[in-house]
Amino acid sequence: MQAAELCEKITPRTGSSSDGPNSPFVVEMRSIRKTFLDVTASSDVNFTLREGEICALLGENGAGKTTLMNILFGYYTADGGEIRIRGEKVSFSSPGDAIARGIGMVHQHFTLVPSQTVLENVVVGSTGRRFFLDLASARKKLLALQERFGLSVDPDAPVWTLPIGGQQKVEILKSLYRNARILILDEPTAVLAPLETKGLFSTLKILAAEGCSVIFISHKLREVMEIADRVVVLAKGTVAAERNISETSERELANLMVGRELPERRYQSVKRTGTTILEITGLTVKNDRNLLAVRDVSLKIASGEILGLAGVSGNGQRELAEALFGLRSPVSGSVSLDENQLPPGSPRAAIASCMGRIPEDRMTTGLLLELSVEDNMILENHCRFRKTGMLHRPSVGKYADCLINEFGIKTDGRCAEARTLSGGNLQKIIIARELSGAPRAVVAAQPTRGLDVGAIEYVHGRILEARNNGAAILLISEDLDEIFQLSDRVAVMYEGKIMGIAGRDETSREEVGLWMSGVESTCA
Amino acid sequence: MRLTLAKRAPLPGWIQVLVPVGAILVTLALSAIPILAAGGDIRLSYASLFRGALGTRYNFLETCVKAAPLTFTGLAAAFAFRAKFWNIGGEGQLLAGAIAAAWTGIHIGSLPPAAAISLVCIAGFLAGGAWAAIPAILKTKYKVDDVVTSLLLNYVMWHIMGYLLFGPLQMPGSSWPRSPAIAEAARFPVLLVRSRFHLGIVLAAAAVLIVWFINSKTVFGYRAKAVGVNPRAAAFGGINVNSVILKTALISGGLAGMAGVGEAAAIHFHLLMDISPGFGYSGIAVAMLGRLHPLGTALSAFFFSVILVGAQSMSRITGVPTYIAEVIQGMSLLVMLVALLLTEYRIKAVRN
Repeated sequence: MQAAELCEKITPRTGSSSDGPNSPFVVEMRSIRKTFLDVTASSDVNFTLREGEICALLGENGAGKTTLMNILFGYYTADGGEIRIRGEKVSFSSPGDAIARGIGMVHQHFTLVPSQTVLENVVVGSTGRRFFLDLASARKKLLALQERFGLSVDPDAPVWTLPIGGQQKVEILKSLYRNARILILDEPTAVLAPLETKGLFSTLKILAAEGCSVIFISHKLREVMEIADRVVVLAKGTVAAERNISETSERELANLMVGRELPERRYQSVKRTGTTILEITGLTVKNDRNLLAVRDVSLKIASGEILGLAGVSGNGQRELAEALFGLRSPVSGSVSLDENQLPPGSPRAAIASCMGRIPEDRMTTGLLLELSVEDNMILENHCRFRKTGMLHRPSVGKYADCLINEFGIKTDGRCAEARTLSGGNLQKIIIARELSGAPRAVVAAQPTRGLDVGAIEYVHGRILEARNNGAAILLISEDLDEIFQLSDRVAVMYEGKIMGIAGRDETSREEVGLWMSGVESTCA
Repeated sequence: MRLTLAKRAPLPGWIQVLVPVGAILVTLALSAIPILAAGGDIRLSYASLFRGALGTRYNFLETCVKAAPLTFTGLAAAFAFRAKFWNIGGEGQLLAGAIAAAWTGIHIGSLPPAAAISLVCIAGFLAGGAWAAIPAILKTKYKVDDVVTSLLLNYVMWHIMGYLLFGPLQMPGSSWPRSPAIAEAARFPVLLVRSRFHLGIVLAAAAVLIVWFINSKTVFGYRAKAVGVNPRAAAFGGINVNSVILKTALISGGLAGMAGVGEAAAIHFHLLMDISPGFGYSGIAVAMLGRLHPLGTALSAFFFSVILVGAQSMSRITGVPTYIAEVIQGMSLLVMLVALLLTEYRIKAVRN
């Protein structure tokens, strides 16, 4: 109860807790246990939440944050322990039960119908058993909610026309519409642009001031420091620490998360010395909606150089990467590697010219989850193992074992199905496949997204190693820390164009931030 | 209390083998209901069914005869489904194969049997493959749904056959939709005396091994599996997805076509409107029951054949209509689908 007493001091007690018999908490989870087969996801976790409080749930991937919240939201049933909502013991068997108790959850991947309007999405599932849909009164209620919480979205706009931040507002409105007083947000900023993040944070502050309680799942320390009143750090399924934000620091939280001191590091940058290897000239690419996503982008990357391409998501990075991978044919422009022009729309040509490619969706683009680890490793070079039309399994096995060893992939063996591996090890499969063959150039799109600190460090190490071996590297990332840690030069993409480009040490976070928001640099 | 489904951890290999066996037992238990409803005695019905299918040498060989076309159409479906090419057009491809085999067999003249039979087989295989290529091309070039096109082409081929049998392929002087007889040299030889155990059964067995070999040993088998699992990742890895789908369709359609070749050249010796009692459709169920594995497909084809052949004698002895065979086959597919669901998920009781 020590932590609870602590937060008593700092948490504004906005509402009275009269609706609970005699509990100061809106949520109390005591001694929660959950195992999946033989993996313990949560063991003896205690978690409390007060009215009007923003509590951050911090932890690496696999620390048990999402499991704990899925238990609270009724997706999973805990194997042990008890949950009390406003002092009353509950047992949820489905999210419906949780919603009925005033709990709302906004997932990382939204559960919206893109072709329907905001209003239709908000009322879906909460129309009761009535035969007719009363959209007029629903609209009134929605507008009132928007006014009260400052969530402005056009109720009649189809959801697909909204930016990600707007869609997230719809998700929040959906929960509020169902009278949620406890909101769980699962890594809500992972998909947002910096400006949208600001908007979300001010929304959360209004929600808290109005007496809603918010659980904010994250592994971004800076955001936790900015928005939360209190933070609960999970590690390996248990509560590693609980702190009031006013009494902790980013550095302490990082240490609590990973259990060791993290050096603040910036890798040594090199001046570009080598010859140009990867050259992108006037590349123009359309997106799936047939709109121009990449406009006349030209970049040159030299041997032994990392060019970090920053930018808010949705500014053409995905399409640029897909064009380089050969998955998408550009409208115009060209890509050359070692002065050989790559034919457009041919992944095979990219592979043949020794381009290491790390795609942003490793599950859907990079890997065959239902196939074995070794089958994933030979995806691009299986022709090397062809003997009169047959796949020579012994040499495939030898090759796979070699990579598993060299890249330290944790798996039950090369024949294990890829989907049984953890996220970090899945990324290691891709890294092993793409970086083991001494690539001439590497295009890495969001290579560390969703990975835990240890895996991130590993991936960074491998990318730097490729650079030191003379590869030209294009690092596309939305994580500015990563860009500044690794890059030799930094470029920013905004609305499909390169807004600015500069040596890392000649620019600053502030300047890059300006570029990211579309402000032209004066000195460029 | 409510029941919900929860994802299960991967089960050990032996259970995967046991599942179809269990599914068959459950099917037989459930099929007792309609047999009882039809007034049959359960023990006598099943006894006569299995005796009728397996009890004597002749009956056993007849079961093999029926299993051959089911094996071919089952392999056709299994091979296509593995690459996520949803070939529901086995029936049409079978008919295409039968038409081509009959046409060649009728017009072959006086070739030695080995050459004649080879020609008939090649014609049937190519015709089936070509018919399956249509939905594959529509899918790869224009993104037309392959389930719909391959299914609808069955009816197109059936009517083409009708046109041929009432026109250019009709036996001269006959008013029945029936072609002239296939030349002696082009007929599949009977391999065992006092039976109809013909060359096509050996070919079906060979096809099982060939498909197994392609799937598990060749580079093409690897690529087809990759395309089936995740076409986007396969394309990312430099695999030409469209080419894989097209080749898969050619082989799958060819296998179904071979079922038609066997029926024309080994059983009927003529082309007839009712040359196939729906072997192409049954092949889909056979493949599912066989879990898309070629050896499993062969076993499930044999099981289907046992039911088909056995139902005849069951009907004679107990008076239960032969339609019960179709009920059992349909039931087996449903049970198998449920069993497959239960290998991936488990039922969980949730107390409120």
